[in-house]
Amino acid sequence: MKNNLFQKLASALLFVSIWASTAAWAVNDLPGGPANWQLNLQPGATKIAQEQGWLHWFMLIICTVIFVVVFGVMFYSIWKHRKSVGHKPASFHESVKVEIAWTVIPFIIVILMALPATKAVVAQKDTSNADLTIKATGYQWKWGYDYIKGEGEGIAIISTLDNEHRNMSNNGAKGVDIDDYLLKVDHPLVVPVNKKVRIITTANDVIHAFSVPSLGVKQDAIPGFVRDTWFRAEMVGDFHGQCQELCGKEHAYMPIHVKVVSAEDYAAWVAVEQKKMAAKMDDPSKVWTLPDILQRGEKVYAANCVACHQPNGKGGGAIKALDGSAVVLNSEAGKEIHVLLNGQNNNSMPAWKQLSDTDIAAVISLHQKQLVKQDRPAGSACRSQGRPLNATVE
Amino acid sequence: MSAVLDPHGNVHGHDDHHGAPHGWQRWVFATNHKDIGTLYLLFAFTMLIIGGVLALLIRAELFQPGLQLVNPELFNQLTTMHGLIMVFGAIMPAFVGFANWMIPLQIGAADMAFARMNNFSFWLMIPAAVILSTSFFQPGGAPAAGWTLYAPLTLQMGPSMDSGIFALHLLGASSIMGSINIIVTILNMRAPGMTLMKMPMFVWTWLITAYLLIAVMPVLAGAITMTLTDRHFGTTFFNPAGGGDPVMYQHIFWFFGHPEVYIMILPAFGIISHIIPAFARKKLFGYASMVYATSSIAILSFIVWAHHMYATGMPVTGQLFFMYATMLIAVPTGVKVFNWIATMWKGSMTFETPMLFAVGFIFVFTMGGFTGLILSLAPIDTQVQDTYYVVAHFHYVLVAGSLYAMFAGFYFWCPKWTGVMYNETRGKIHFWWTLIAFNVTFFPMHFLGLAGMPRRYADYPMQFTDFNMIASVGAFLFGFAQVYFFFFIVLPAMLGHGEKAAAKPWEAAEGLEWEVPSPAPFHTFETPPKLDATATRVIG
Repeated sequence: MKNNLFQKLASALLFVSIWASTAAWAVNDLPGGPANWQLNLQPGATKIAQEQGWLHWFMLIICTVIFVVVFGVMFYSIWKHRKSVGHKPASFHESVKVEIAWTVIPFIIVILMALPATKAVVAQKDTSNADLTIKATGYQWKWGYDYIKGEGEGIAIISTLDNEHRNMSNNGAKGVDIDDYLLKVDHPLVVPVNKKVRIITTANDVIHAFSVPSLGVKQDAIPGFVRDTWFRAEMVGDFHGQCQELCGKEHAYMPIHVKVVSAEDYAAWVAVEQKKMAAKMDDPSKVWTLPDILQRGEKVYAANCVACHQPNGKGGGAIKALDGSAVVLNSEAGKEIHVLLNGQNNNSMPAWKQLSDTDIAAVISLHQKQLVKQDRPAGSACRSQGRPLNATVE
Repeated sequence: MSAVLDPHGNVHGHDDHHGAPHGWQRWVFATNHKDIGTLYLLFAFTMLIIGGVLALLIRAELFQPGLQLVNPELFNQLTTMHGLIMVFGAIMPAFVGFANWMIPLQIGAADMAFARMNNFSFWLMIPAAVILSTSFFQPGGAPAAGWTLYAPLTLQMGPSMDSGIFALHLLGASSIMGSINIIVTILNMRAPGMTLMKMPMFVWTWLITAYLLIAVMPVLAGAITMTLTDRHFGTTFFNPAGGGDPVMYQHIFWFFGHPEVYIMILPAFGIISHIIPAFARKKLFGYASMVYATSSIAILSFIVWAHHMYATGMPVTGQLFFMYATMLIAVPTGVKVFNWIATMWKGSMTFETPMLFAVGFIFVFTMGGFTGLILSLAPIDTQVQDTYYVVAHFHYVLVAGSLYAMFAGFYFWCPKWTGVMYNETRGKIHFWWTLIAFNVTFFPMHFLGLAGMPRRYADYPMQFTDFNMIASVGAFLFGFAQVYFFFFIVLPAMLGHGEKAAAKPWEAAEGLEWEVPSPAPFHTFETPPKLDATATRVIG
């Protein structure tokens, strides 16, 4: 009877654990990111990350040994020195020798722990002699990467979470089983393998944190301040991280994707990017036609605005609707430009200074067309604002 | 003994002589330390439940990936308010409640030194709690910048941020008044013969805690006042747009924040130091070293704050200094744990609920201590800062630490407070239920943090799903355990159901609180008692 019950229990447990491990979210481990049922740090792709992993094992083993010894004593005492087994209380309550011993011994253990940690801190903090310097700027809620020094100098990337993923999240991620859910970005940060990459962090609005566990880096990005960290990836591959300092409502939706490539691939990528940049550099004297600028506007909207304002421009929750907004309806396009350049409502609508003149003109033209039902391309009106926009639309 | 309690020979007669307070006036105008202690404890439990409901909403949302119940704005409000309410509304006031009830009884004083200020410091908390709890209904919702209220995110918050700052000021003022009261009571009102080094450990730990509170609450007040003037009066202390320094906010906040965590654990050490000897039937091992260890922890707590800020990026020497100082704290904390175990060693132990919670405290709190030591190493902290590892760590020390100690203290002193014994079986159910549910909730968070799951995330990559599910199930079990605790243990005891308790219900408990009848009469020790040489018994 008892046996029977036990068997039933065991099979129920087995069933539950199989269900839990296979049901609903059948995703694979993500190399360079988290794994299912992962118990320890992500495998390190840099010396520093491996060092951190080693230190963690080192500490974990020492702490476990101390834990087992100390609580071995306690549970032995609980077992043997009980009233119910007739143990009579002793009367000692002091021993200077013992007390000195258990002050001094932990002190020595702590010093032993500090030695390898000190070495690691010094190594982690040495950002000198970098091969490539990249500035990572935290925005609410995306990352900007500017290649400042080294191969690829001048390249600038804005890296945003794939909007599909953001929508899945809003829809409760029903039936989603994507390995890089919430980790997929439009433009990853591309760096060469085996090169010392120095990351300079700063932020545009609030504090963010640039963090990639498998590369062993985590550095707050603080507005008005510049901090730095570094890594030297020892293998090619994709490495994923996320913003690690609370930065407002979309905090969970600004991942970091570092793509480490071989030296040749990196050179090729740099060449392509530089060509693209040259092409993207809008000729300031170019006169845009309305269909062209609207198309451009749709792209800008999809990349920057849609996450909050929604594809239909209706917004939601605290996010104001563009559709019917006084700012958009305003007969001078200047009002909307002002908001785009400076932000509004304490930056819950952030400033978009980082967009190019053409992009700003394009997105405004789009709104005028779609929401006000007027062909009112933003062009010269922009010039009256704080930043004269160099974009002309006929 | 009644002669000691009451020179007129009749406890009740004396009450009447003062005009025993009745009805609501007894509580609103309360000046009696026992009544005010009860008010504090009930208030803290109410806030624990409110904070707990917020926690369960968080865990429900995190049960699976994707947003199901709340949007990200509300999620941030929930984590922020959970933290603020638990720290300032639940844990701190609960310990003040214990202090009010037990300190006068333990030192043989008639009451707290400043009875009316005592009343004021309690009733100040009510508007503060109302403001905090209702901030969800303000335009823009509750503050959502995390309980640490980091600038410049606080500068983006809606009007509830201002009321939150006001509420924290009120709570801070209340804490400071409570601390002054406790310090003056302890230093001036001990019964003759109770020298400092004969004081019960709970009194010692509270004396040190009260000094910590007076030292750091004004620092918090400064930080949030600067936030307020940055928001409204054009200053730019923390606003980089005007040349301010957001990192300075963190330095100021954590200069308050780190001693604050010891404020929330030192009284717990005191409670445990009474319970272990009582149930081991053996004197506390190393009383003097306990006092010195507590003082060392308090002093060290002022020079370790920046270990919360390794990721802000400080010079290598700064990082090393704060790492070494933090690791040092392991030494006095270790001394305390060793002393408790040495007290148990060769004792004659029984395991009633207070002892179960005390042993559970030592065992689980120590795990939180070890993760604290691991976190103190800056290179490891680079991996786990701002991840669920930190969440696991501070819940191990704050829930399995402070809260367990308070449960232990409740079961230990409940007979003195209510005059009846709690139901032992129910107490044991509460203990095992709480212990298991707690570990189911928070142990998997270590794994999540090591794997890189950031804290304060409303949604997470799919690989984190399994452990999050386990944690959410555990959280609900833990929550229900506390509902059970209130309805099946606290309430019956408050209503006087249960076996009548003797003046000293525990065979080997020591201290003046056991020298007065159970329940403790409204007035105790109105004339200073004469104490024996150990200052633990009244001799006439």
